[in-house]
Amino acid sequence: MTDQAYNFAYLDEDTKRMIRRAILKGVAIPGYQVPFASREMPMPYGWGTGGVQVTAACLTPEDTLKVIDQGADDTTNAVSIRRFFQRTADVAVTEHTRDATLIQTRHRIPEEPLTEDQIMVFQVPIPEPLRFLEPRETETRKMHELSDYGLMHVKLYEDIAKNGHIATAYDYPVMVEEHYVMSPSPIPRFDNPKLDRSPALMLFGAGREQRIYALPPYTKVRSLDFEDHPFEASKADHACDLCGAEDSYLDEVIVDDAGGRMFVCSDTDHCAGRRAAGHVGRLGAGTEDVK
Amino acid sequence: MTAPAFTDTPREAARAFRAALDAMARPGRIVEIAGPSGTGLSPAAAALVLTLADRGTGIWLAPALDTPGLRGWITFHTGAGFTAPEGATFALGPWEEIEPILPRLPAGQPDYPDRSATPIIECQSLSKTGARLTGPGIRDSARLSLPDSPAFAANAAAFPCGLDFFFTCGAHLAALPRTTHVEVC
Repeated sequence: MTDQAYNFAYLDEDTKRMIRRAILKGVAIPGYQVPFASREMPMPYGWGTGGVQVTAACLTPEDTLKVIDQGADDTTNAVSIRRFFQRTADVAVTEHTRDATLIQTRHRIPEEPLTEDQIMVFQVPIPEPLRFLEPRETETRKMHELSDYGLMHVKLYEDIAKNGHIATAYDYPVMVEEHYVMSPSPIPRFDNPKLDRSPALMLFGAGREQRIYALPPYTKVRSLDFEDHPFEASKADHACDLCGAEDSYLDEVIVDDAGGRMFVCSDTDHCAGRRAAGHVGRLGAGTEDVK
Repeated sequence: MTAPAFTDTPREAARAFRAALDAMARPGRIVEIAGPSGTGLSPAAAALVLTLADRGTGIWLAPALDTPGLRGWITFHTGAGFTAPEGATFALGPWEEIEPILPRLPAGQPDYPDRSATPIIECQSLSKTGARLTGPGIRDSARLSLPDSPAFAANAAAFPCGLDFFFTCGAHLAALPRTTHVEVC
């Protein structure tokens, strides 16, 4: 049921027009951060106000929405945003990646390959990949203009000099179409290869920082690296303890006071789907834990 | 009397925007978009104007379209002002009249390439034939019936600055962002 006191998808039409123009320019200039007049939303910054505004501007009544938080459909952030759009836009919702036409995500890309008919909306806390290296917006803007990313390479080099490898595990910077360096949002670097030439359109919204950017389908996205230290998508060296998957991104969960731990798929839909199909991991015996 | 606009603006504008987004994200794809007729514009162009233009965006109307009726319709439904090409966010018209003023439209600045105009070209026909397109949004290559003009190559060469085009014909829409490489065949 829609809350009739609100406009369709919450935002007023003037705001949607402004966001829609920003999204179109973002799509036309892949990886470039388009400034937009981010609105206050009925949730705090850090809870996905940018993603919610992009989703609100894109939703149609025919969409099927999926919302994930770190891969999970059932965490507070995901549940509250999903309910928000059920109430204000009356859209269908799903937890299944393949049934969704629009997926809003905080910090993961689903394991199941995306299709041309899907749009991913990422929640972005800090859209500027250079921000912690150079705090001045005037300077980072000039660096993007000139495609001058020496500073970022120095940072990655220092990682190697200190740790022997590039220690950035999430929000790993990418080069888009050999012009703009872009923050992929804090997805694990395990997910970075999924950005490259993805058949799905990817939109990024940063509410507090007032930026929207985009990757059109089939855009070339390269994770920054060095010839002698090539980029590696990494994950915990385990199989999922519930479904046994060896190729999915895993969360480590502490299960007792004695240092016991288990590894489970971060993508809950992927894990539940595998368990429903009969896959069983180390601790997943029995079916009582299957939704 | 002023021609009608959307009857259920939030939902119809949402659908129109998704069509426009689909077109801009996949250059060469021809999408259907529903808009009002009887405005002096094609339904597709009318839907774009209603979905994207407002009091903050200047519109340049080509002489072929510049009638009191259309001006009144745009003003009444969007509040958008009319401007010279230099101040335009959107330029509306047939290719013959848009092409000469392309250099006068804002193409953005190197540090703010998003501050560029979006020409909306009214076409006699729109088909998946003709110029070969490659670039972001296109898996291998696409074809689109673009006017034969060196303007598109010059536009792409100015990246990151440049214009992003919509092409409209009846209820159909295609787009050509600045990143698309156009080869005339």
